[in-house]
Amino acid sequence: MPVTNYRTEQEFFVDMQRCIGCKACEMACSECETNGHESMIHVNYIDRAVTVQTTVQVCMHCDDPVCANVCPADAITKDEFGVVHTANTARCIGCSNCVMACPFGVPKKDEAYDLMMKCNMCYDRTSAGKKPMCATVCPTQALYYGTREEIAKMRPNSTPVNNFIFGKESVSTKVNIMMPKGSTSLIID
Amino acid sequence: MAHLPVSPEKLIEQFGPHLNYPPREGFAGRDEPDKAVKTHCCFCGMQCGIKLLVKNDKVVGFDPWEEFPFNQGRLCPKGVQRYMQNNHPDRILQPLQRKEGVGFTPVSWDEAMDKTVAEIKRIQEKYGKNAFSVLSGVSLTNEKSYLMGKFARVALKTANLDYNGRLCMVSAGAGNKKAFGLDRTSNTYADLEKAEVIIVAGANISETFPTLTHWVWRARDHGAKLIVVDPRVIPLARTADLHLPVRPGTDSALYGAILKYLADHDMLDHDFIDNHTTDFDKALAAVKDYTLEWAEEITGIEKAKIELAAQWWGKAKTSFLLHARGIEHHSKGVDNVLGCINIVLATGRIGKPYCGYGTITGQGNGQGGREHGHKCDQLPGNRDITNPEHRKYIAGVWGIDEKDMPGKGYTAYELIEAIHRGEVKGLLSICFNPLVSLPNNNYVREALEKLEFYVCIDFFMNETARHADIILAGSLQEEEEGTVTTAEGRVVRIRKAVNPPGHARSDTSIILELAKRLGAEDKFTYRNSEELFNELRVASKGGTADYYGITYQKIEDTMGVFWPCPTLDHPGTPRLWEDKKFATPDGKAHFNPVTYRDPGEITDEEYPVILTTGRVVSQYLSGTQTRRIGKLVDLYPEPKLEIHPELARKYGIKQNELVQVSTRRGTDEFPANIVETIRTDTVFLPYHWPGKKSANQFTPATLDPVSKIPEFKVCACNLKPLGVISPPSTASGAYASI
Repeated sequence: MPVTNYRTEQEFFVDMQRCIGCKACEMACSECETNGHESMIHVNYIDRAVTVQTTVQVCMHCDDPVCANVCPADAITKDEFGVVHTANTARCIGCSNCVMACPFGVPKKDEAYDLMMKCNMCYDRTSAGKKPMCATVCPTQALYYGTREEIAKMRPNSTPVNNFIFGKESVSTKVNIMMPKGSTSLIID
Repeated sequence: MAHLPVSPEKLIEQFGPHLNYPPREGFAGRDEPDKAVKTHCCFCGMQCGIKLLVKNDKVVGFDPWEEFPFNQGRLCPKGVQRYMQNNHPDRILQPLQRKEGVGFTPVSWDEAMDKTVAEIKRIQEKYGKNAFSVLSGVSLTNEKSYLMGKFARVALKTANLDYNGRLCMVSAGAGNKKAFGLDRTSNTYADLEKAEVIIVAGANISETFPTLTHWVWRARDHGAKLIVVDPRVIPLARTADLHLPVRPGTDSALYGAILKYLADHDMLDHDFIDNHTTDFDKALAAVKDYTLEWAEEITGIEKAKIELAAQWWGKAKTSFLLHARGIEHHSKGVDNVLGCINIVLATGRIGKPYCGYGTITGQGNGQGGREHGHKCDQLPGNRDITNPEHRKYIAGVWGIDEKDMPGKGYTAYELIEAIHRGEVKGLLSICFNPLVSLPNNNYVREALEKLEFYVCIDFFMNETARHADIILAGSLQEEEEGTVTTAEGRVVRIRKAVNPPGHARSDTSIILELAKRLGAEDKFTYRNSEELFNELRVASKGGTADYYGITYQKIEDTMGVFWPCPTLDHPGTPRLWEDKKFATPDGKAHFNPVTYRDPGEITDEEYPVILTTGRVVSQYLSGTQTRRIGKLVDLYPEPKLEIHPELARKYGIKQNELVQVSTRRGTDEFPANIVETIRTDTVFLPYHWPGKKSANQFTPATLDPVSKIPEFKVCACNLKPLGVISPPSTASGAYASI
């Protein structure tokens, strides 16, 4: 096992209120050659005709990752820190099971490479004790990487939520979404 | 002869804009750089700290600089992509000479300099010194800004020098000088943190200063109420506590009505007004009839919203008011600024923790660049070129006879008019692309075509440079040492990361060589940028923008020093006015009466719709740099006409349909983007593009009588749907439009 400086007390928080749609996160993510200069985080308008609201789509790093569970090639693994890694390029067969199974619609198949690619929480950075690149550059800190104590102190009007209810399914994740104070889960139905 | 030597298509083929993308596998050496240079982003007044990664004298990537206190590693997409202006295929690598029918051909530096100096001398001998002019820019460092001013006055001896700050913060500067006697934002942005109420007036912070958004949210996390005044629901306004969708051109009516409301309801700081200000009675008299009903009629904002804003502002114990080009780009820009200052002074919330006011400077060195004398009426230290004492002091620093120092020249657009009527025959430009950034740019093009000689210093062939006779291959920000002053008034170091490529030279060395050849070598003896800065320090000493106590080492030791800093042992001044001693002659802050008047052009039957202009997050100013960076262009490939569905219905305009936009100055076609996030009487176009995609072919050259800023933010247009759905934006090629 390689020695890492992964800081287990640090978590990823997404606050859609703050997102200004600037796409600095996409720009920074796509600087990484591991991704072949494709961004693994996506910012999109909800409905530009009506609002400038944008939403951030990034791997939620599920506690029980469906993408890994449905992978016939065992290409996707979750490590001891809870990071769900992008498909192992030697194993991935490009079947797209993960793409169809993910409740958050995160994994994308890169047709050019015939591989699934997704966020691995900037493992090169986080394993060295640094923040993921998107959360480092995010100008509004809609993407925040730090401890629960820090965010509770800094943002007293919001509560991090990492439990998502899809019909009868409950999914818990390593990544948190900032919700109105006192929220416990996000029901997506 | 400044007609294009060949077709613009041919020039674009050779010199761009072309789009630069990083290789998919990344630049070689990025993971093992020779050095990571701590410097600043070049793309707005925030001057975010950033590290440039360098391998083999090439910038190959960036890294966040998390220790720099303002942005702590945070960046916007322009910042992330800024390094892509390096190693660019469009880079001008040697001096070029215009050749009729051919385009531009390389020449040696000697030939380029000989020709330039010979033409300057010919024009000045034939038509007089002032017939040769200079247009400079505030993306230049403090050192280069200072140098351009001195070069024009001492080497060229011309009065006709102005700069693109004229299109940026001159209204704010003039207003601040009237009210406070000094032109700088009064606080650091850390003072936003515990402000109870924040007014953001005409400042699209979320797109033009994205990294400032963090500080606004820090305040909101502490319970601050956010009021955004803007004709559009900008991204920051989406979640604001109150959005005031002001009709373009009516801002001073809003601030006048708020002032009256504060007085009528005694929400005033009487002690502050009585002891530390003048002319409150005059300011109040000017707004005595400005009721909420009247303001609603003029501004189009519901009176209940105006009242709520006035109540929140009036009751707050701490507050911060920020404004930018949205209120400043008007023929009443100075009035709008003064209207804002009046409500700050009336509540006495300045010069205290979490009580702030300031304009947000737009350009890279918009703050420092506007202080050190490449403006037609200004000398270093923000001194006045018409003031005998100021002239005498600077003449002493420069070692010239005061009588030989030229007087006040034309402002930027007035200079174009002087070229048009044949009074000015020659031009040197640096860091300015007037064909995209000045209003009524068809007229600007005509003026350029009348020049007898035009020399341009630039690193890319911008649209204006295509009209040049000689192009001198200059340097990017990261190719020279220097300093800039951030929008907070913090003087920081720009560090040289790489050498200029090919035969390109540093801007400073080009100007020094020209000065030498013009016979002024003994006045320009700097061996490096620090020597230039040290002269600037002396030149600014005793002025309002006093840098004397700031040294390169002090900046190094402290991550930047806030001016004024008059002595070497002075720590700098992050927050102004804590002693309530203002920089005016009487030491008091001055209220100024602001009477409402209409904008220069109002809608009528022929032109019934208001057109306003602004920026998008992925582009910087005239786009010389950012229209060459592939990923930034992909984010917003072409300007779209933002229009409310109600107005679109009235004209029968469909989503993405091409719409013919006409004003009294130009006509062209743009795809419609039908959105509810804009007023129903106003359409919006961003201005970063040239030629047929240019918003500034429409804008009027109505100037503010004091600041001479053009009225970019309001004019009258008409709209005609063309029945054709526009091709995808990605196919528009707008970045290189002609």
